[in-house]
Amino acid sequence: MKNRRKTVQKIWFLLLRLAALLNGAALLLIVYFILSRGFTAISWEFLTKAPENSMTEGGILPCIAGTIGLCLVTIMAALPIGIASAIYLNEYSGKGKIVRIIRLGINNLAGVPSIVFGLFGLAFFCIVLDMGVSLAAGGLTLAIMTLPVIIGASEEALKTVPDTYREASLAMGATQWQTIRKIVLPAAFPGILTGSILGISRAAGETAPIMYTGAVFFTPNLPDSIFDEVMALPYHIYVLATAGTNIEATRHLQYGTALVLIVLVFGMNLTAIILRSKMRKKLRI
Amino acid sequence: MKRQSIDKGVHSLFLAIALFSIIFLSLIMLFLFKEGIPIFDFITVKDFLFGQYWYPTDDPADFGIFPLILGSIYVTIVSGLIAIPLGVMTAVYLAEIATPRVAEIVKPIVELMASMPSVIIGFFGMVVVAPFLQQVFNIPVGLNMFNASLMLAFMAIPTICSLCEDAIFSVPTALKEASFALGATHLETIVKVVIPASLSGICTAVILGLSRAIGETMVVLMAAGGAAMIPMSIFDPVRPLPASIAAEMAEAPFRSEHYHALFAIGIVLFVFTFLFNILADYISYRFRQTGEASL
Repeated sequence: MKNRRKTVQKIWFLLLRLAALLNGAALLLIVYFILSRGFTAISWEFLTKAPENSMTEGGILPCIAGTIGLCLVTIMAALPIGIASAIYLNEYSGKGKIVRIIRLGINNLAGVPSIVFGLFGLAFFCIVLDMGVSLAAGGLTLAIMTLPVIIGASEEALKTVPDTYREASLAMGATQWQTIRKIVLPAAFPGILTGSILGISRAAGETAPIMYTGAVFFTPNLPDSIFDEVMALPYHIYVLATAGTNIEATRHLQYGTALVLIVLVFGMNLTAIILRSKMRKKLRI
Repeated sequence: MKRQSIDKGVHSLFLAIALFSIIFLSLIMLFLFKEGIPIFDFITVKDFLFGQYWYPTDDPADFGIFPLILGSIYVTIVSGLIAIPLGVMTAVYLAEIATPRVAEIVKPIVELMASMPSVIIGFFGMVVVAPFLQQVFNIPVGLNMFNASLMLAFMAIPTICSLCEDAIFSVPTALKEASFALGATHLETIVKVVIPASLSGICTAVILGLSRAIGETMVVLMAAGGAAMIPMSIFDPVRPLPASIAAEMAEAPFRSEHYHALFAIGIVLFVFTFLFNILADYISYRFRQTGEASL
């Protein structure tokens, strides 16, 4: 009897291990394919030239510049709003009705499908605010989408600051704002930074919100104002893979662009993960 | 005195900024409805939702989105069948079985899965999975419901897994110790104590994971095949709701019937995910575990 229970447990634990392993294998498989086939496309010219010959040759510099530009607009809009919202939720608010409504709003914003953000950006930023298809409209659309991620991460970071810090500062006669500015924020800064990197990495990889608000098929120029339209890495992959003049002939360009995007996004994520694990080790001591 | 008034001012400022999320959410709803409602001057709500034919560019055009709704529901169900067991099992493994050292490697893997850009998953479905499916199952098209569901499952797993893991991890140790003390094995403890105690968290995780799958755009745009027909088999191509919006917005003339119809699809999609989120919020709020009292 006892043996049977042990055997059943062994079988189930093996299955659980396999499930975890399968996830890792799937991730590895995707990364392997993109890496092995994209690697040959990467060259100095690929990274520093504009697409040529109706996008069948040349490089992806305008896409890299466009994606970086979109991320910058996103950071500048989402970071202040996100951090301030997190401070309100964690430092000022009690457990009242208004907080519950704000949280419900944030949760629902996090669940809005990415293409719906695109529709909203098109109707609001591009048309009503008359920004047209531009870096500003695309970046702001991405900023609204990223907001819940940044709020969540900043709140987590604020929660790790021990209450004794706040109490000590208040006991010295500091006001709450002084306490937040001089004690809580500096202590929570690394956590907020990590969360922000994660939020921006998500914005960098999104396609649907910028399809009709910021990104275009092709523009040979680098953006020099925030009201310029741009090319972007994720959209470029989509365009080349589905609507290019010769889909098979540009396969290596598609893999190359995908590789650059993965390196960019995973680079940001790994930085955040490493920063966080270092921080946790510090907290434990 | 000056410090105190600054303090009050800052407080109100932060409250005002915190309200931005609500304002944005309201604006999104407002604009969806403003641009979507006009389509119902041309077609009744019933014909829109249950019409069998989606030929938006024909003359006269047909705006029946029933095949698109079915497409979305089917891919979500099939991806759920793959993602729910895998996600929950990985979460149990991480929270209960894995040594801290192994967990420290597996958790970042799950996080990297979550951060994989959707366009790359869709691209992978197109260029690697589609030819593979064609060969193995000997079917005419590799871009179909099954392909899209597989790719969507990859996107839903990290959401389900990390939320589940939080729920399982927060089960009080005292409960588990009591179970061990009664002579239960580790597996029996997991199945009869840990999972029931964290069930509301697990349900929330599953709902949010599926909500992510139903709203995901690029994967279904690239890997689902794009045929607006009611699918008869799992290997038929489908055109889920988000794919339709993304594929057709470029060709729909500004404020034409087609344009309004696409916004109306946006409303349907928004309502789907909104309901999912309200449900998840309700379950986690109503059935939340407070200490050990409610077990």
